[in-house]
Amino acid sequence: MSTPSPLHAVHEALSASFTDFAGWSMPLRYGSELAEHKAVRTASGLFDLSHMGEIELTGPEAAQALDFALVGKLSAVKPGKARYTMICDDEGGVLDDLVVYRLAADKYMVVANASNAATVAAALRERADGFAVEVDDRSASLALIAVQGPTSTAIIGSVTDADLDALAYYASVPSAIAGIDILLARTGYTGEDGFEVYVDGAKAPEVWRLLTEVGQEHGLLPAGLACRDTLRLEAGMPLYGNELSASFTPFDAGLGRVVKFDKPGGFVGKEALERRRDADVETKVLVGLIGSGKRAPRHGYAVLDGDGAQVGTVTSGALSPTLGHPIAMAYVPVAVSEPGTALTVDIRGTGAPVEVVKLPFYQRQA
Amino acid sequence: MSNPENLGYTTDHEWVDLADPASATVGVTKYAADALGDVVYVQLPEVGATLTTGEACGEIESTKSVSDLFAPGDGVVVEINEAVVDTPELVNTDPFGDGWLFRFRVDGEPELLTAAAYAEHTKEG
Repeated sequence: MSTPSPLHAVHEALSASFTDFAGWSMPLRYGSELAEHKAVRTASGLFDLSHMGEIELTGPEAAQALDFALVGKLSAVKPGKARYTMICDDEGGVLDDLVVYRLAADKYMVVANASNAATVAAALRERADGFAVEVDDRSASLALIAVQGPTSTAIIGSVTDADLDALAYYASVPSAIAGIDILLARTGYTGEDGFEVYVDGAKAPEVWRLLTEVGQEHGLLPAGLACRDTLRLEAGMPLYGNELSASFTPFDAGLGRVVKFDKPGGFVGKEALERRRDADVETKVLVGLIGSGKRAPRHGYAVLDGDGAQVGTVTSGALSPTLGHPIAMAYVPVAVSEPGTALTVDIRGTGAPVEVVKLPFYQRQA
Repeated sequence: MSNPENLGYTTDHEWVDLADPASATVGVTKYAADALGDVVYVQLPEVGATLTTGEACGEIESTKSVSDLFAPGDGVVVEINEAVVDTPELVNTDPFGDGWLFRFRVDGEPELLTAAAYAEHTKEG
C-alpha cells in the first residue's frame, strides 16, 4: 500500500491520475501534461512534492557532521542559503543528489529524493555518530509545495510578507502564509524561477488552496510528476536513477565540481574520489542530444557512432514540449562529446540521427 | 466515458468496429489513451500490410513512453487515418471517434472482448 500525500484528497478532487512513486501515491497529471508543462514555462505550475525526504541536523557540530557525510563543503554555506550536493558511498558512488539548506548556524535541512530518503537518513545517522548533532527525519510530517514559473513571484508575493527581492536563487527564509508557518525557498527543478514551500503536512491543504485561489489570475495550473520530468530534462538537470546512480561517481556525471577536497578532516568517499579524479582513464561524459522528427530517444536506448558501434546509452529522453524536437541526455566517450558531433540513436530498431549539444536544452530568459 | 457497446475489444486496449468486415476500424480505448498521457507520435501500418493477430503493427508514443500497437485480428490494412498522424492528440481527445487509427479487411473471426468483459479487464484491483 503506497503512502498518500497530505494533499491526496485535494488531488482526488482535481481528478488527478496517480502514480506510485517510491512508495508514495503521487499525482502524475491532472489533465494534459503538455498543458501543465506549458503553464510552467509561460505562467506557473503548482506541484505537490511531499514525497521528497527532509532530514534535519541540529547541533553545535551540524556543519562538521555534514562536511564529513557529504561531498560538499556545507560549513561554507551561509545561514539562509542552500547548496546542491551529493552523498557518496566509500567507493565514491553517488547514493543521492541533495539540496541542503542551512537554516541557522547550527541547523541544516537535507532534502533527498523520495526513492533514496530512507537510505540518506540512515547514512546521515550513521555518519553523524560522534558529532554533537541530532538527526531528525521529518519526511513523514513535512509537505512540500512548489510554485514554478515566470508568474511565481507575483503569486508568492501576494500570500507572504517575505521580501522576495532579497531572496536570491538557492536561498530560504522562514515565512508564513495566512498565519501558517512555512519555510520559503527560492529553489526548484524546472528551469524556471520558482519557490518551494515547506509546511507541516496537516496545514498543506490550506496552503495549496490559498495558492490556487491567488494563482488563478496568474495562470497557475496544478502540475504533476509527468511534466516535472520533461521540464527538468529541458533544463538539463540530472535525475537520480537515470543520470545518477551508485555505479557512477560525481566525476562520471560531469559534476565533479560538487566534490570539495579542501575540507578540514576527511569525508566519506574521499580516497576513492581522489583516485577517480586523478585517474588517467577514458571516461564517458554526460552530453545533450537533439534530433529531428517526433520520435524521442529514451532511457536505455543505444547511442551509436558513424560505424554503427555502440558508444553510449541514453539516460533520459523525450519530445521536448517547449522546443518541439526530440531531446535526450546520454553518456558518451570524450572523443565524441564535442557539440556538433553527429551520432545515431537506435530507436526501436531504427537509426535516428542526433547531434551533440551543450546542456541545458532550454534556458529561461534572464 | 464508457466503452461503446457496439465495439469489440482486445486485452491490449484496442477497439475494433466490425460492422463492415471488409473495412473494420481500429483504435485504442479511452482507458489506454488516459494511461498513455498526451500522445505525441503515432506510427501506423502501411496500407496493404498484412496483419497477424497479436503482433506489433505500429507504435504510439506519449510524452512519457512508447507502446506497441498490436493487430487485433488477421487481415490486410485498407486505410490509415492520416489526420491522427498529423494530429496525434486526437487519440486523447476523441479515442472512439476522430482518433481512430486504421481500417483493415478482416480474415476469419477475431476473438474480441465485449464492452462488459473489457470493462471487467480494466477494473482496478
